[in-house]
Amino acid sequence: MKIGVVTFPGTLDDRDAQRAVRLAGATPVPLWHADTNLHEVDAVVLPGGFSYGDYLRCGAIAAQAPVMQTIIEKANQGLPVLGICNGFQVLVESHLLPGGLIRNENQHFICRDQILEVENNTTAWTNQFKLGEHITIPLKNGEGGYIADAETLKRLEGENLITFRYVDVNPNGSMNNIAGLRNAKGNVVGLMPHPEHAVEAGFGPDMPEAMRSGVDGLKFFTSVIHSLVNA
Amino acid sequence: MPKIIVEVMPKADLLDPQGKAVANSLNRTGHSEITAVRIGKRIELHYDNTPTEQQLEEAKQIAANFLSNGVIEDVVAVSVEA
Repeated sequence: MKIGVVTFPGTLDDRDAQRAVRLAGATPVPLWHADTNLHEVDAVVLPGGFSYGDYLRCGAIAAQAPVMQTIIEKANQGLPVLGICNGFQVLVESHLLPGGLIRNENQHFICRDQILEVENNTTAWTNQFKLGEHITIPLKNGEGGYIADAETLKRLEGENLITFRYVDVNPNGSMNNIAGLRNAKGNVVGLMPHPEHAVEAGFGPDMPEAMRSGVDGLKFFTSVIHSLVNA
Repeated sequence: MPKIIVEVMPKADLLDPQGKAVANSLNRTGHSEITAVRIGKRIELHYDNTPTEQQLEEAKQIAANFLSNGVIEDVVAVSVEA
């Protein structure tokens, strides 16, 4: 099982995403922004960071990169793609997911352990969660406020495309407490918080049981392995 | 240098945090008559020769599809500056 992890100029969390893939039991394959060939990977992760320095708009220039043209084409054919933070911004700028992400409501960069509710466990990246399960993974962003027009929001709610919602606090002013979305097929998922930072005890978010013990993020990666094995 | 100027503004019904912060500062420094500030972008596309009608049309496409994001911004003007 090979999972590609894309590195754009300015990507930060590619190594962490590769490590998460490895801990979940798959082989990470580094993909470069100038690649047009995905090296026969079975799924792709678009990691967090500040691709192209967030110039123009977060994710806008990355959405035009050669590697994204192939990813967009394959994602439309069913290739599992997970966009984390800046990767989520790249997915909306690529029109693989609807809406947009704007500066946090309070204008602060936020870094905290965030509780999310799993609203959909039928996707390639969430099938190992229980529906309604609360998970804790780190959130760290400056432009994570999700917006969409009224018609799109109605469709997201009506078609059950909202995959994660913020619990207890809405950290960035996202409409309808949206933390993450899926596409209609469920192969493309994007979210602002960072599952790849919650994959190994001792290095994850603080949990009631013990400090830094949170590993809820690992299930994103075991989910995609499960969906590929059963495909 | 011949240019095409593209002007992009955040959508009117969206919070513009930069504009709001500048407006607050202006009000604190005695400019209470200024009721709001909104901040957008001016993008210059440079050309060797005066852009043709076709190049202007292309620039409008670029403005709509790449230089702005219709979910959060509006292109308010695309014009040639010789």
